[in-house]
Amino acid sequence: MAISFELTENSQISIAHYQAMALEQMRPISRKYDEEEHALPVEWVNYWWETGRKGAPVDVSRPTDGFVTVCIQAEEICWGDCGLYLRMPTPALGGSAVGAAGTPEQRELFLSRFQADGHPIWGAMAITEPSAGSDASAIETTADFDPETEEWILNGHKIFCTAGQQSATVDGGITVVWATVDKSAGRGGIKSFVVPANTPGMELIGCEKKMGIRASDTASLRFENCRVPKDHLLGNPDVQKKSSKKTGDKGFKGAMATFDASRPIVAAMAVGVGRASLDFLKEELERQGVSIRYDAPPREVTAIERDVTEMEADLQAARLLTWKAAWMMNKGKPNNLEASIAKAKAGLAVTRICQKAVELLGPVGYSRKVLVEKWFRDAKINDIFEGTQQINQLIVARRILDYPSAMLR
Amino acid sequence: MIDFEPSEEQALIVETVHQFAENEIRPVARESDESASLSVGVLNSAHELGLVANGIPEEHGGGGDPSAMLGCLIAEELAWGDLSTALGILSPSLLAVPVARLGTDEQRARILPTLTGPSFVPGALAAVEPRFDSDVHRPQTTAKSNADGFQIDGVKCQVPWIEGGKDLLVFAEGEGGAQGFLVPRDAEGLTVEIEKNLGTHGLPLAEVAFTGVQVAPSARLGGDDAPGMHEIIDRGRVGLAACAVGMSRAALEVSRDYAKERETFGSPIATRQAIAFKIADMAIEIDGARLLAWEAACALDDGKPAGRLAALAYSQARRVALKVADDSVQIFGGHGFIREYLPEMYLRNAAGFTSSFEALTLV
Repeated sequence: MAISFELTENSQISIAHYQAMALEQMRPISRKYDEEEHALPVEWVNYWWETGRKGAPVDVSRPTDGFVTVCIQAEEICWGDCGLYLRMPTPALGGSAVGAAGTPEQRELFLSRFQADGHPIWGAMAITEPSAGSDASAIETTADFDPETEEWILNGHKIFCTAGQQSATVDGGITVVWATVDKSAGRGGIKSFVVPANTPGMELIGCEKKMGIRASDTASLRFENCRVPKDHLLGNPDVQKKSSKKTGDKGFKGAMATFDASRPIVAAMAVGVGRASLDFLKEELERQGVSIRYDAPPREVTAIERDVTEMEADLQAARLLTWKAAWMMNKGKPNNLEASIAKAKAGLAVTRICQKAVELLGPVGYSRKVLVEKWFRDAKINDIFEGTQQINQLIVARRILDYPSAMLR
Repeated sequence: MIDFEPSEEQALIVETVHQFAENEIRPVARESDESASLSVGVLNSAHELGLVANGIPEEHGGGGDPSAMLGCLIAEELAWGDLSTALGILSPSLLAVPVARLGTDEQRARILPTLTGPSFVPGALAAVEPRFDSDVHRPQTTAKSNADGFQIDGVKCQVPWIEGGKDLLVFAEGEGGAQGFLVPRDAEGLTVEIEKNLGTHGLPLAEVAFTGVQVAPSARLGGDDAPGMHEIIDRGRVGLAACAVGMSRAALEVSRDYAKERETFGSPIATRQAIAFKIADMAIEIDGARLLAWEAACALDDGKPAGRLAALAYSQARRVALKVADDSVQIFGGHGFIREYLPEMYLRNAAGFTSSFEALTLV
């Protein structure tokens, strides 16, 4: 092999396919579901379930860029609308969690349904609690085993659960809930559990009102003696005690591996939103007769040209870092560092790009007549969820410095 | 298909060049900066490695596999060792690349073999002019055609002037944009003054004035076709971006090592987020800049339009280099300001990228 930036024919087909979908199916309803927060975007959900999820018309016998294509799909759809992307009937992060920590049987049991017929269903993952966000090891939700019924009993309160309204209340959906089976074991006691929709004891408290991605349902869920079967615990049920330092948090680390797969996707989502802003900005400038000269000498470069050039360079750097993290997954290489690099770069770069677009477009950028102000609001979450900028900096720093987490917090 | 892994052959070359940079270049980096000279020994050993010959066709004594991508990989490793030395080692590319790609048969036969002989022969290219509005695409230096060929007038700066070179490629305004002219270093009317600059002290750079310098009709690069210099300028930007990435990586590594050693209040400063996050940001930005340079290099190798990508790559790499070098000095604190350590040199060198460097190496 050799270094190449040439997308496969199939990836190029995917780009065109999702680009058209974004333009035709998403953009026309983008404003509507931003205004009607929490309303289910029925036309989009149905479109995705009936048509969209079948994927791009690619030739499966031809080479594919694998996980890079997944990122391309996320970028294109989020170029359409990042909030609607998060409302799609898919396994979402619940799928990532089952994929990362589940057994082959569990993957079959919980994920195959998303390919089946029937009505749309959703997956989600519930980690964050009112007093445990970035420090996922501090979660207080408990899971106790009832040997008589061979069930796990969940108790606790989860917040910021993306797609949680749908995953918890529409039959067939799955919510992956993180809970501790043994508080004294610290991280080693943290496991993840699949809770089927409408399981008694799981209650939807409500959805957050947010600055952006308003089409996305960000749910609060309460668990009160919520019982799930034994085999709904993902991966190994053994509790690793703190005492064996080397393997003390293996289970937790396994669960955290979910993020190595999900962070490149979030980075790709961010790149999609950033590109939406940048595309709009450049088109608007062109309409006004301003084109960007990449080759102009420094004395001639206008402030706008300089800004746009830097925005483009940052966006492309974020995109390539994202593809690199995804490509490593294809290769089966550990990508913990690269996933965080991509997420940190994309989250911040895109937040800045979308803010700059509003600034450069002046009153047009500030107006709700066009979507630039929406992308400003949508972009920011990408620098927060799936690991804040600072959490990803911590991960990168630990890797570069070769420090265990205890050395750098 | 998307791929970020160098080929086996490339990886082998990178490994070799890295060893060379570590064992031969880095040890003389500080001395070279202080003495404002390049180590002739290092230039000659590098020549024996055949790093530049790669860009020269086989019939003229080269390796015959010109690749901007490989050029990037080599430039990053060399600049990781030391930027001045890297630019010196790679200076033959300043003639090799334009002449091999755009030269006439006569120009190729005359110039290229001189660069692949038994000993190191430096190249030189005059692209930048000593004015705040220096524009590599539209030089103020002129080449007016006359009965005997061309008359060149103007002033250039930042021209690599390593001893032993014969020819100099000059960007001058011919007809509608920059064209290249091959001028003997000892041409009549050509005066040279070695510069003193903020950084890259080790690399001899000269201000070169052309006063009625007369050259033959055959001196124009590409002859009557007189191709524009756009592609050469792009190759310069990609090469410089790779150098900026290499130097930045060096700054990151010395900062990392220092931060793990230096203690405050009982533990290494690397255990503090204020320092650790700077180091993380360095790593993130360097990786991003590298990929932009690679993408532009691949576009060049594939014969695709690379102007925008090369501009983006260089724009990013130069900003990253300055930021990383500055953070590096900051992490070293007072020691970063002391010439015993390398960060202050990285910071001064970085200003070369942000202020003016163009076409100082070509891939």
